[in-house]
Amino acid sequence: MSVAETTPPAGTSRSAFHTADRPRWEDYSRCIHCGLCLEACPTFRLLGEEMDSPRGRIYQIAQADAGRLPLAGAFETHIGRCLDCRACQTACPSGVEYGKILERARAELAAQREVRGPKAWLANYVFRRLLPDPKAMARQARLLRWYQRGGARAVARATGALRLLGLAQAESLAPEVEGEFFRAEMGRTFPALGPRRARVAFLAGCVQRVAFAGMNRATLRVLQAAGCEVVIPAAQTCCGALHVHAGRRAEARELARTNIQAFAGFDAVVTNSAGCGSALKEYGDLLENDAAAEEFAGRVRDATELLAALGLPAGMLRPLPWKVTYQDPCHLAHGQRIRSAPRQLMAAIPELELVEMVRADSCCGSAGIYNVVQPEIAGRLLDEKMATVRATRAATIVTANPGCMLQLRAGIRRSGAADRVMHVMELLDAALEPGAAENPAAKPE
Amino acid sequence: MEKLRAIRPRLQALLGPDGVVADALGRMLYEYDGGVDRGEPDLVVFPRSPDEVIAVLRLAREHGLAIIPRGAGTGLSGGAVARDGGIILSLNRMRKILSVEVENQRARVEPGVVNLELSERISGTGFYFVPDPSSQKACTIGGNVAENSGGPHTLAYGVTVNHVTGLEVVLADGEVLRTGGMAPDMPGYDLTGLMVGSEGTLGVVTAVTVKLTRKPEAVRTLLAIYDQVDRAAETVSAITAAGITPAALEMLDGFTLRAVEAAVQAGYPLDSAAVLLIEIEGLQEEVAEHAAAVEAVCRQAGAREVRQARDAAERGRLWAGRKQAFGAMGRICPNFYVMDGVIPRTRVGPVLRGIEAIGQRRGLRIGNIFHAGDGNLHPLVFFDGRQAGQLELAREASREIIQLCVEQGGSITGEHGVGMEKDELMPLIFSEADLDFMRWLKQAFNPEGRLNPGKMLPTYKSCRETALATRPELGKTIEARI
Repeated sequence: MSVAETTPPAGTSRSAFHTADRPRWEDYSRCIHCGLCLEACPTFRLLGEEMDSPRGRIYQIAQADAGRLPLAGAFETHIGRCLDCRACQTACPSGVEYGKILERARAELAAQREVRGPKAWLANYVFRRLLPDPKAMARQARLLRWYQRGGARAVARATGALRLLGLAQAESLAPEVEGEFFRAEMGRTFPALGPRRARVAFLAGCVQRVAFAGMNRATLRVLQAAGCEVVIPAAQTCCGALHVHAGRRAEARELARTNIQAFAGFDAVVTNSAGCGSALKEYGDLLENDAAAEEFAGRVRDATELLAALGLPAGMLRPLPWKVTYQDPCHLAHGQRIRSAPRQLMAAIPELELVEMVRADSCCGSAGIYNVVQPEIAGRLLDEKMATVRATRAATIVTANPGCMLQLRAGIRRSGAADRVMHVMELLDAALEPGAAENPAAKPE
Repeated sequence: MEKLRAIRPRLQALLGPDGVVADALGRMLYEYDGGVDRGEPDLVVFPRSPDEVIAVLRLAREHGLAIIPRGAGTGLSGGAVARDGGIILSLNRMRKILSVEVENQRARVEPGVVNLELSERISGTGFYFVPDPSSQKACTIGGNVAENSGGPHTLAYGVTVNHVTGLEVVLADGEVLRTGGMAPDMPGYDLTGLMVGSEGTLGVVTAVTVKLTRKPEAVRTLLAIYDQVDRAAETVSAITAAGITPAALEMLDGFTLRAVEAAVQAGYPLDSAAVLLIEIEGLQEEVAEHAAAVEAVCRQAGAREVRQARDAAERGRLWAGRKQAFGAMGRICPNFYVMDGVIPRTRVGPVLRGIEAIGQRRGLRIGNIFHAGDGNLHPLVFFDGRQAGQLELAREASREIIQLCVEQGGSITGEHGVGMEKDELMPLIFSEADLDFMRWLKQAFNPEGRLNPGKMLPTYKSCRETALATRPELGKTIEARI
């Protein structure tokens, strides 16, 4: 028998990790490289290489910690190619919290990487100024709206200028900026219709406020119709999910502290974004040993989770004779282990037919900003997804996360596999009995 | 090094830039499989067709380099690990289901097709592929063929070799051998049987014809719960004595089932000393009758309680616990060594007591989970790889366990294969004449020893103490060979 080292000594002076946010031995050593995660991983299925598999990435991180691998080069490539979709966490019998390990490795990469020039400037602008600041977001959104509606887009697309600038993919994924931003609603309270069954605070989301205002309003109407009084605290900010994915944990912590204060005192913090919800529920890990963060995380609910637990009042929904298929958002199904709640809510709509697609819980390629930074892999995953959607013959794809909606919309534009993409809340909203379907006058908070 | 420099550009020209991995990180990522052995390859190649496999083998022959075939790398005996360098030939980009003929109960697949994927793809037909190793959602059919994999349902249906009727194999010199065929039993030597379980030492499989089996009309799953391990052990032989062959008969001891329960919530009672998971398959009436009989046998042997799964969901949960058991152990200990030994089913009780004593002597925790019905044990030896000497201690305990199995009339492996983990233990169960015969056979297919070198047959390079300790009469032969 050959003698092998199963676990190299970790965290030694030879370790390639230096910061306090380093991946922890207690987390990564739980992986016994049994390989049961392999087929659950979209990048492994696509590329067929150990380096782009969950156990392979964990092995790379363990070897880097043992000083056997430098962080530059191939390590960065493979860690960068991960979708952070957490499908491996669902598959893992050892309970390895892969997301934690990966995000910490990315924090190390971000801390050690010196990026200069326009790319770094743009990243700093987006993460530090744009996402946390609704006013800046609104300004940029207006510009984008002018571009999308004023004919400039038509010119840019027609002349091929976008492809020349390498922006074609990003451009096709940009959200359609909506006419009226979700701004007047901030700081207000929306009463429950009928007897009040719960009082909840709503996370409006940074991108959602300018690009998904309609979806936010639909969520409000559905929550109200289900008997929730909904408060939208004005002091809230971006959840920090994209920062954590990109390894920018210090900035994410600041945002987390702001939100914990803004949402203090509510029974539940509700979000219609699976990505945001997952990040909010992980504030306890982000702000280590912080009791308030743990307590906050325990109060976060996805809108589908809240409504399925609460139950919909009788007579709330009218028949909707549609054929739909449901895409599990990774950060709902894998990140938060919520699969049955959205399906339960859809089943409550009379005459609605849900046709399950194959591998509904496999990533569509959106994965935060993955489709922008890894367009090639994201595009191939989207093509596969569209083929499975087409096989269901459903006209509507339903999902529960804005990022997935953008990616799926780009998918149906180029494939024609379905007619539209809707959020579960929008679907419920469409099925609301008339009378329950408008936002009654809101009173200030 | 010279050889590698020469072959690399030729492989790249053949397979394209993403078909060859040569960088330090990439090679490091192919130094492991699902077990504890390690060995870094010099190159990893990813052919996409049988023609590319042929070309790779011809090049390797020309340059005198070793080839190590690999599927998903979920094996537990180092079968897909490059023991002394060489080229890993990864088959997981060859994953087409070539044909399915339900009326002939056959399917033809490429080696990289994932075990469970085949059954899922044909699920509408009422047929499935029987072998169900615990890694079935990730392991490949090519890997199953190489290791002659088993699984819980081996008891009633047999191992992989009983479900493969033909193979296409590329030999060391690039020649193609086609074995078996559509007929269930072909004349001539049983070359299919020879190839299945040969662990990549005779050739590289590029297509597999498998037998499809009709799903049983009815399935009933029982969970028998015990306060004493011995009573569970006695039940195993009592069921056979009663004239019933369950489709599966699995056992988990208390320590193991508690860890599993934390991971999977399968429904195993936390305060029990052992549980038996028993599955009965067949026609409706027969199943009901056998289930009642099995339940009676369990109670008679001292089961505290016997539960029957009420529906498919509960059945799924009971099995999820068993199938994910190895992985779930990562929760309780940073490292463990999965053993694979075989004993006669009548010896389960004494062997379990013996295993416990071995663990106590060495201060190691040992859990037990296994295919009780066919006496295929999987003791799990827990250790902390960070502490110096712990791995060696675990290996020593494991060797002792295997010796115990052999003394009780059993074997050194049931289904995980010999690989580089147990090649030196082969003399425990085979005479030197037996082994020589196997060497001749290997010589015929693999004369230069370049196919998966250092696997399956003892090289007597290390650990000869093991062989000497148990079979002193071998001493002279071994000395003569070194």
